[in-house]
Amino acid sequence: MQLDPLLIARWQFGITTVYHFWMVPLTIGLGPVVAGMQMRWHRTGDVRWYRMVKFWGKLYLINVIVAIATGLVQEFQFGMAWSEYAKFVGDVFGAPLALESLLAFFIESTFLGLWIFGWNKLPKAIHLACLWIAVAGSIVSAYFIIVANSWMQHPVGVVLVKGHPVMNDVWAVLTNNTAVTAFTHTMFGSFGVGGAFILGISWYQLWQRRRDGIDTVDATGRVVPGVAPGIPGRDGSDHSIWITSLRIGAVVAIVAFAGVAISGDAQGKLMFQQQPLKMAAAEAACHTGTSFSVLSIGALGSTTCSDVVPVIEIPGVLSFLAKGNFTTPVEGVDQLLPQYEAKYGTNLPDNPIYGSRAGEKIDYLPMMEVTYWGFRMMIGFGGIAAFAAAVALWLTRKGTVPRSKGIMLLAVGGILAPFAANSAGWIFTEMGRQPFVVAPNPTGVDGLYMFTAAAVSPGVSAGEMLFSVIALTLVYAVLMVFEIRLLVRYVRGGIASAVPELAEPDQPADDDHPKSDVLAFAY
Amino acid sequence: MEFLPTVWFVVIAVLWTGYLFLEGFDLGVGMHLLFSARTEEQRRVMLNAIGPVWDGNEVWLITAVGAMFAAFPFWYASLFSALYLPMLFVLFGLIFRAVGIEFRGKGKSARWIRGWDVAIGLGSLVAAFGVGAALALTTTGLPLDANGDRVGGAFAWFDGYAVIGGLAAVGFSLVHAASFLALKTDGDTRHFGSTFARRAAPIALVPFLVWIVALQVEKGTALTWLIGVVALIAAIAAMLANARHREGWAFIGFGALLVAGMGSIFMASYPVVLPSTINHAFDLTVANASSSPYTLGVMSIVACFGIPLVLAYQAWTYWVFRKRVSGDLIPAAHPVEPAVRQQAVQPALRQQ
Repeated sequence: MQLDPLLIARWQFGITTVYHFWMVPLTIGLGPVVAGMQMRWHRTGDVRWYRMVKFWGKLYLINVIVAIATGLVQEFQFGMAWSEYAKFVGDVFGAPLALESLLAFFIESTFLGLWIFGWNKLPKAIHLACLWIAVAGSIVSAYFIIVANSWMQHPVGVVLVKGHPVMNDVWAVLTNNTAVTAFTHTMFGSFGVGGAFILGISWYQLWQRRRDGIDTVDATGRVVPGVAPGIPGRDGSDHSIWITSLRIGAVVAIVAFAGVAISGDAQGKLMFQQQPLKMAAAEAACHTGTSFSVLSIGALGSTTCSDVVPVIEIPGVLSFLAKGNFTTPVEGVDQLLPQYEAKYGTNLPDNPIYGSRAGEKIDYLPMMEVTYWGFRMMIGFGGIAAFAAAVALWLTRKGTVPRSKGIMLLAVGGILAPFAANSAGWIFTEMGRQPFVVAPNPTGVDGLYMFTAAAVSPGVSAGEMLFSVIALTLVYAVLMVFEIRLLVRYVRGGIASAVPELAEPDQPADDDHPKSDVLAFAY
Repeated sequence: MEFLPTVWFVVIAVLWTGYLFLEGFDLGVGMHLLFSARTEEQRRVMLNAIGPVWDGNEVWLITAVGAMFAAFPFWYASLFSALYLPMLFVLFGLIFRAVGIEFRGKGKSARWIRGWDVAIGLGSLVAAFGVGAALALTTTGLPLDANGDRVGGAFAWFDGYAVIGGLAAVGFSLVHAASFLALKTDGDTRHFGSTFARRAAPIALVPFLVWIVALQVEKGTALTWLIGVVALIAAIAAMLANARHREGWAFIGFGALLVAGMGSIFMASYPVVLPSTINHAFDLTVANASSSPYTLGVMSIVACFGIPLVLAYQAWTYWVFRKRVSGDLIPAAHPVEPAVRQQAVQPALRQQ
């Protein structure tokens, strides 16, 4: 079998990016919550907030480091595996990446270091500010990365010079409407991840307290919190820490999913204009019409669309998603394909840049089973998580969780739902852009687009790529094992795992006496 | 002379030099942690000496690479695709190093700790070697065709300069880190730092000097030769200062060696950013590898504010953590136990 460097490079980009985007939304989602908790502690002096900061902050850091480490791969691989892409778009695509590191990532990394080591060393207000600055850095950083990605989805702010895009309006690139909606959508998606994470773990802790007989319920079902002096951390403030965390997590998740839905709707309407074929593929909408497919079966992967059978359809809904009314017909795949072929050609040009693919027929239809199911998984998992968060609030209205182990496992397992929704969304939007790596902008510069087939590094062999994709996947799998092991260990340890003074009563409790002469030993 | 591309060549040279200066001691400390430290206390002192700053230092690399992508896409694309496997190993090195630093102290078994020591040490070694090799090769050349693509297979980049550059970065990092430890720690580790720097510097710095001289012989001008000589003088001065236990001066001296050395190397290379060893007509230069004046102009404005700001808050970080790290005050590592009702705690509960 002849190895195909393009296919391997795409798998590599997919694997590394989806993986990276498990750690990133958790970082972005947890950061503001931890900072908010520290702000509460700073304002109230209540030790419970301090302990929440310590505990959630610990999990935050375990995750942040993997996000940082895997982010490096992203920056390197545009040059390593996609050198033609890097050369084609460098003038406009490189700038947001450079700005990201200079204006955002430097801030995030430096101030995170100050936060980790600054306990008891920096004045409390400045220590708190360091975390807020680091969190802001991570959000600004995400904005620049989304700007770069959105330019591939919807190139703006450039002119073509000798066939290459050359930036002529950086403001247009930075305020690309695709970027603004995608950023909003991604931020809310990330907060959903953070909320569900806090909710699931808090639920587990409350369940453990009930299982161990520390918390009981009275006749009306209201909680009677107890203490277990033999277990470090399970003192008078422990119950309140977890129920507060749980409610914060649930509210964050619900608000986030409301935001996701609103921003997603705006983004969808934009995509129907900017990449109509992607959205038609997401709907398996073969023919022009107004109906939204609830379920379609058949050969979704086929390129002709002739074998797709809509089983359940709701009239009007597709038009609503795309245009905001129930009657305007939305163009289907069968109508769009000829338009694309007329505009961008039926075959790849006979240019050496396409390697053995030169002259090949172009398939403009993204893999429909991926776009169709990706789109539905994104919405489905997001909806499940939002619903579950609302149910969780109701079930815990009397101050604790049911004793049921099954519900606890559901709450913990529910942490995965928003992760799955995020991954599905990205896979949908990136696969839906194919066969383009830079999708044409229907209202932008004519002739500005790039086929993915032309983007890969010509000088890199398939063998090198195969080695790297296998090695990266193995390394990432090992990292995943260690990250989850550590997270589980600290979660099971509860508050005392992050506040060691509680396990060693000789030491002064908590954080009342800053000792500026003692150096921080965080490692 | 192309003004803006030249400015960005200088900016990128500064970013790489800043990276080698700052991560030089981080990576060197990582290697010392594995290869030189004798006790667990010493390892923790070393790790905490770089603890607050290593992550911020690593961003110099990310910014250098990002700036190359934005300002010289053709340089970035050709260098990184030609050095596909070495760059992959740099990534692995940096990944394991970073995760190791964060995870090491969060487990209690000897195997866990030892395993991450190996990850930190080897990760630092591989990353330093790979970055050094890549920077040497971008000054001495790669077998590139007219399109800037590597010719000759996955290892066609390998030559003597790759080895010299790799050893230069590793050797410099070891010495620079020893000097850093002498300056930033107390007790055993401080003593180790100055002793190591004294004994190792005359050998470990040789590859770096070879790289400097080789570049000057090939492309140097009177000015770059002069800066190269400054680098040599800085190295000698640093060694003398170290021998007299003037730790601050020694650290500044080794830093000056790096700055002058990289300065002479980048200046001698200018205006070529990546030569082709096949045909000099294929050389990438500041003129033919750069982005448009508009892009460079926009980034110049941002960099004018951004870089001084970064320097300011990173300098503040070093000020905040200016005290020496010593083992006397090190808190005991604390085990993480599940917060559940166990046999051992039952009596206490019953009493209640």
